Amino acid sequence: MSEIFGIPTQALFGQLLIGLINGSFYALLSLGLAVIFGMLNIINFTHGAQYMMGAFCAYFLLNKLGLGYWWALLLAPVIVGATGIVIERLMLARLYQLDHLYGLLLTFGLALVIQGLFRNEFGSSGLPYNIPKALEGGRNLGFMFLPNYRAWVVVASLVVCLATWFVIEKTRLGAYLRAATENPALVQAFGINVPRMITLTYGFGVGLAALAGVMAAPIYQVNPLMGADLIIVVFAVVVIGGMGSIMGSIVTGFALGVIEGLTKVFYPEASNTVIFIIMAIVLLVRPQGLFGQR
Amino acid sequence: MPEAADGALLAVRDLHAWYGESHVLHGAGFEVRQGEVVTLLGRNGAGKTTTLKSIMGMVGRRAGEIRFDGRDLVGLPSNRIARLGVAFCPEERGIFASLSVGENLLLPPQVREGGLGVAEIFELFPNLRERLSSQGTKLSGGEQQMLAIGRILRTGARLLLLDEPTEGLAPVIVQQIGAIIAKLKSRGFTILLVEQNFRFAATVADRHYVMEHGRVVDMIANDELQANVDKLHDYLGV
Ligand SMILES: Nc1ncnc2c1ncn2[C@@H]1O[C@H](COP(=O)(O)OP(=O)(O)O)[C@@H](O)[C@H]1O
Ligand SMILES: [Mg+2]
Repeated sequence: MSEIFGIPTQALFGQLLIGLINGSFYALLSLGLAVIFGMLNIINFTHGAQYMMGAFCAYFLLNKLGLGYWWALLLAPVIVGATGIVIERLMLARLYQLDHLYGLLLTFGLALVIQGLFRNEFGSSGLPYNIPKALEGGRNLGFMFLPNYRAWVVVASLVVCLATWFVIEKTRLGAYLRAATENPALVQAFGINVPRMITLTYGFGVGLAALAGVMAAPIYQVNPLMGADLIIVVFAVVVIGGMGSIMGSIVTGFALGVIEGLTKVFYPEASNTVIFIIMAIVLLVRPQGLFGQR
Repeated sequence: MPEAADGALLAVRDLHAWYGESHVLHGAGFEVRQGEVVTLLGRNGAGKTTTLKSIMGMVGRRAGEIRFDGRDLVGLPSNRIARLGVAFCPEERGIFASLSVGENLLLPPQVREGGLGVAEIFELFPNLRERLSSQGTKLSGGEQQMLAIGRILRTGARLLLLDEPTEGLAPVIVQQIGAIIAKLKSRGFTILLVEQNFRFAATVADRHYVMEHGRVVDMIANDELQANVDKLHDYLGV
């Protein structure tokens, strides 16, 4: 058995993979938060609950309608995104004139309500959701065993993140979004329906959370509280990356997943706290975050 | 107050506007005919910017009548007003820092036929061509002003609202902007121009309205300007 720094390579690469998987979810979720924060100026604490709703949506699509994983990947973001649009129109739209804090309180309250309702209904032991047939099994890479589904999650998340980055930074639609982030009144005075754009942006950000939820279902099961724990870490990721930075949230998400994984190998005692330690250091040294401006 | 002539492209009557509780326009009225360049003169705080923003639908609450091409704009959101062919170039220029010069230029969507092509805009503002990939806010003040004007020429808007386009710029640039306004007029654009510098205004405008305390208090035709210099000095406090 070969070793690196006295650690068996098998264990090292295994933790690296787990880190990449976690990083995939950190990146997808913090990206959604960044997109929403950029346009709405709201810190969407409901994000974790919406991730959980995505997983439940996949579960219901399968068990009530017989629609499998691939359908869920398509439909859950649309369905959960639509509930986001309702929330934006009915509630968030009333808060834009006010301090960040109100949006944060509202979305935090909503998260508690949604999680509470799901927990009453489904308890807190997870419901099973199987890996899709096409992605069962795995391959032996020589130095480690790579399960197909996990490889898929990392690749799919990376593709979705980069596509989102591309749209925002390199296209005309993205130019509208960036401009409206800076000066919504002027963009609207150019003839763009900015309120509608804000609504759709929230729907999209929520859709990303739901997509992550579907991808997580076969790995972590479907659990009403699955988002509650994760979202705390994701907020630390967002703080480290810098609120509102698109590329920052992607890079930081993956990087912190990997760092967390490596910590598990080299100093397991700190693996649950390493992200928060990094957050504290970043806050002290560079409060705007690694990729944040101002 | 002059009588509202028929056929004005823009007719503003008894316009009131508020920022929250504070009542800023108190019954302003004036008009702009098709193809004219008209200025709003007045001291700081007289309500010139607010008047342009009211036309554009960018103030919280407004009342009265703003007729553009026969349609009342009061009550329409600013995106609908833009789609009718009104374009606004703000006093602070509004160049987006997160957009390149090219993206800034192409940002405002085309709302109708008849706008300038990008090539024609580069003819008017040759500096912009070389700076297309720079960050919008890396341009000099003069170039930013050119960009702010240039980007609303593509859209096909017929009425341009320009808020102090010469503010803070060097005399040569002010001259260039004057020449551009003259060219735009010859191309059939109708322009409502806010100015504090009435000597500049005199070189480009057909008529001048004077604003004080949220009202239009006087109108001076450009050829009567010389005869009214003392009165203007009074109004503008120069
Ligand atoms: N956003 C705002 N909120 C509150 N009051 C404002 C705002 N903008 C302008 N005002 C006030 O409205 C009045 C008219 O301002 P403005 O239209 O900008 O004048 P001008 O462009 O002629 O200098 C001023 O008294 C100014 O203080
Ligand atoms: Mg002004």
